[in-house]
Amino acid sequence: MLGRLSWDAIPFNEPIALVTSIVVILGALAILAIVTVMGWWPYLWKEWLTSVDHKRIGVMYVFLALVMLLRGFADGIMMRSQQAIAVGGAEGYLDPGHYNQIFSAHGTIMIFFVAMPFVVGLMNFAVPLQLGVRDVAFPVLNSVSFWLTASGALLVNLSLFIGNFARTGWMGYPPLSELAFSPDVGVDYYLWSLQISGVGTLLAGINMVTTILKVRAPGMLYFRMPVFCWTALASNMLIIAAFPILTATFAMLLLDRHLGMHFFTNEAGGNQMMYVNLFWAWGHPEVYILILPAFGVFSEVFATFSGKALFGYRSMVLATLAICVLSFMVWLHHFFTMGAGANVNAFFGLMSMVIAVPTGVKVFNWLFTMFHGRLVFTTPVLFSIGFVVTFVIGGMTGVLLAIPPVDFILHNSVFLIAHFHNVIIGGVLFGAIAGYNYWFPKAFGFTLDERFGKASFWCWFVGFYLAFMPLYMLGLMGMTRRLQHISDPSWQPLLLVAEAGAVVIFLGILCQIAQLYVSIRTRASRRDLTGDPYNARTLEWATASPPPAYNFAIMPEVGEVDWFWEMKKKADLDELPPTYETIEMPRNSPTGFVSAFFAVLTGFALIWHIWWLAILALLGAAVTMMAFGWSENREFEISAAEVARIEQSRPGLGRAA
Amino acid sequence: MSIATLDFASTEAAIGRGGGGPAPTRIVVAYGFWIFLLSDIILFSGLFAAYAVLQDNAAGGPTGRELFSFKTVFIETMALLVSSYTCGLAALSMERARADLFYVFSALTFALGAVFLGIEISEFAGMVGEGAGPSKSAFLSSFFTLVGTHGAHVTSGLLWLVYMVAQVAVKGFRPNVRQRILCFSLFWHALDIVWVGVFTLVYLIGGR
Repeated sequence: MLGRLSWDAIPFNEPIALVTSIVVILGALAILAIVTVMGWWPYLWKEWLTSVDHKRIGVMYVFLALVMLLRGFADGIMMRSQQAIAVGGAEGYLDPGHYNQIFSAHGTIMIFFVAMPFVVGLMNFAVPLQLGVRDVAFPVLNSVSFWLTASGALLVNLSLFIGNFARTGWMGYPPLSELAFSPDVGVDYYLWSLQISGVGTLLAGINMVTTILKVRAPGMLYFRMPVFCWTALASNMLIIAAFPILTATFAMLLLDRHLGMHFFTNEAGGNQMMYVNLFWAWGHPEVYILILPAFGVFSEVFATFSGKALFGYRSMVLATLAICVLSFMVWLHHFFTMGAGANVNAFFGLMSMVIAVPTGVKVFNWLFTMFHGRLVFTTPVLFSIGFVVTFVIGGMTGVLLAIPPVDFILHNSVFLIAHFHNVIIGGVLFGAIAGYNYWFPKAFGFTLDERFGKASFWCWFVGFYLAFMPLYMLGLMGMTRRLQHISDPSWQPLLLVAEAGAVVIFLGILCQIAQLYVSIRTRASRRDLTGDPYNARTLEWATASPPPAYNFAIMPEVGEVDWFWEMKKKADLDELPPTYETIEMPRNSPTGFVSAFFAVLTGFALIWHIWWLAILALLGAAVTMMAFGWSENREFEISAAEVARIEQSRPGLGRAA
Repeated sequence: MSIATLDFASTEAAIGRGGGGPAPTRIVVAYGFWIFLLSDIILFSGLFAAYAVLQDNAAGGPTGRELFSFKTVFIETMALLVSSYTCGLAALSMERARADLFYVFSALTFALGAVFLGIEISEFAGMVGEGAGPSKSAFLSSFFTLVGTHGAHVTSGLLWLVYMVAQVAVKGFRPNVRQRILCFSLFWHALDIVWVGVFTLVYLIGGR
């Protein structure tokens, strides 16, 4: 009846997991209770859960990312602590089974449920505003995408309370991830949660590419788009080209596990290296899916706070597209040690170095943007400068690793760990946090506290170096990744420094929580009434903060790159009393939320082999899709009078014309 | 998937250039669906790659030459190719607002698709009956997965076709129904293209 599910699935004899479970469950129940007692359900349902507004969906993506960042960070600091303690005779506090789950969950969560929703959320929020339009191409699909991502995140967290998570590392390499060696539910949790969220990501990519290519304000030619839109376009094209490979690969591993097939098994002709190749044919473009939007954020931040147009706009676009193409030609550098032969390794090593060229172009463009500008040192700028410094170091260690003979020595060492944290924290995460600070006033209508923002930057920045520079050294000293126990006591001092770095990063996260709390408490005094708190350049700042549901009462007619800046120069704002027209907007839809409900049920049922429930849930999902496919009247109209009322209730706004 | 939100600007100038504001709904929908189809073809490319890697790994079990029957696969292929033609005729009938012809050609498309699927299922059943199921060898795993994924697409296509006929019967050729039918026909033709790859790589080359 319940497949593999029984009381044994609850971690009664693992105190850490049990206590965490109880705390999280109590916390979730407390939140639900508060929402119920305060009567917030109708508001939540109407304004958020069923919303198809790209801004709301973007905010929910970022919220999901921030919550999951806490979970992923908890895993990270537990690993650091274990390695700092479990040296020589000491065993530490995590047994190998638990430790292996933690490093697998850390990687999975940080990539798929922190970095991905963070950048997707920023793109969702900012791109339609920057393009001067009212929503994405397919608003309901957008909601479905978000809720599928959230479903995957929910399943990963469920593995904490019911069953266990994969012990295979975040890549899930076979044959370890095959049924013969991982017979329990851990790998199934990993695979099904990523399959579900992967579909969500693919749909989001299709939506965003269609939006950027087909839904732009009049006059918004390609070379008038803000650079963030270009990087979003490149990133989402990569999603479309790469995520189906991951889906196919995971499907094959699932078939191995569920139906006894032999794609990647040890016996009957299976080929494990095919998994590794396919995984990284997705995995390397994924790196650029994450970093390109971050590059876009930095481009916006440097230009805005330098009070100058971005230096080398066209070269920035070309570099972005070059990276987009090259990202598909380097996947083998993740496993030079496979033994593909000298010529193959040389090719992929060279291609990996070539990618550094367009990236270097970008770095110089950012530097020249600041050059002779009047740089304002706000929190986003600090994160951006911190990025340039840190990312250059990470890029150079990447070029080191791209040399096959060097890679043979450093492969799977903590040097590699230091390298990719260097580019992911210093690149993706700094970019995401810069974007969060940059667009927060646009999303909520009040600015974030700068004191705590700057404090969080310094903690993240210093903490990163403390935590990961020692790992470079340890990697050169021969320390491999994923060690639950350290046998060489001479490594302990550096591991303690790394632990201290993790604590400093934790302080940075606390500063961010304090920043959010203080900013909300003092929001009355930090309102952005102009819609343009930074004297910025692109169209999202031409409308109110927060923007009305329809973004722009009158669609801007774009005549130049950085069009909002040009509009302000021409000072033709508010010249004529605008004539408003009826605006047609998409209606809210529960399709996304209901799909997610059935997706979670399907995933859970398949993980635990509860076949009847899986069939029922899939039927439910099919009926949901068919109901949406039949629906009419997906739009409603906001009358011109209503638009006028909304616009006039906000003095000095609605001036995009 | 329609969104009339985007019909607000001067839409005529948008066609093909993008400078004239958001494209009209029918273009946005078709464009988005095209991109979805491209992603679907990339999914298949992963399965094709797996088949290409594993096709010789029969692990002592039966090989393609022993298992495939050209005659049935040829009939199967013809059924699917002709169904694409009838699907095109159904779309043309829709353009002329001829509901009667639309029903006839849709029924033909469905019947041909069902023939294709029936042959595939009997081929699969025969192979499993001979002990050459998907868990026999890596070659057979990749064969069943590649061909079976295509078959699953055809199955969902057939269900979608029934659903669209029902929409036409209830709603007539409204603009949004026409868009949905257009997406269906793109999907159906894309399955044909994928099948040409399957036929060539799996049956013609692999069955030698």
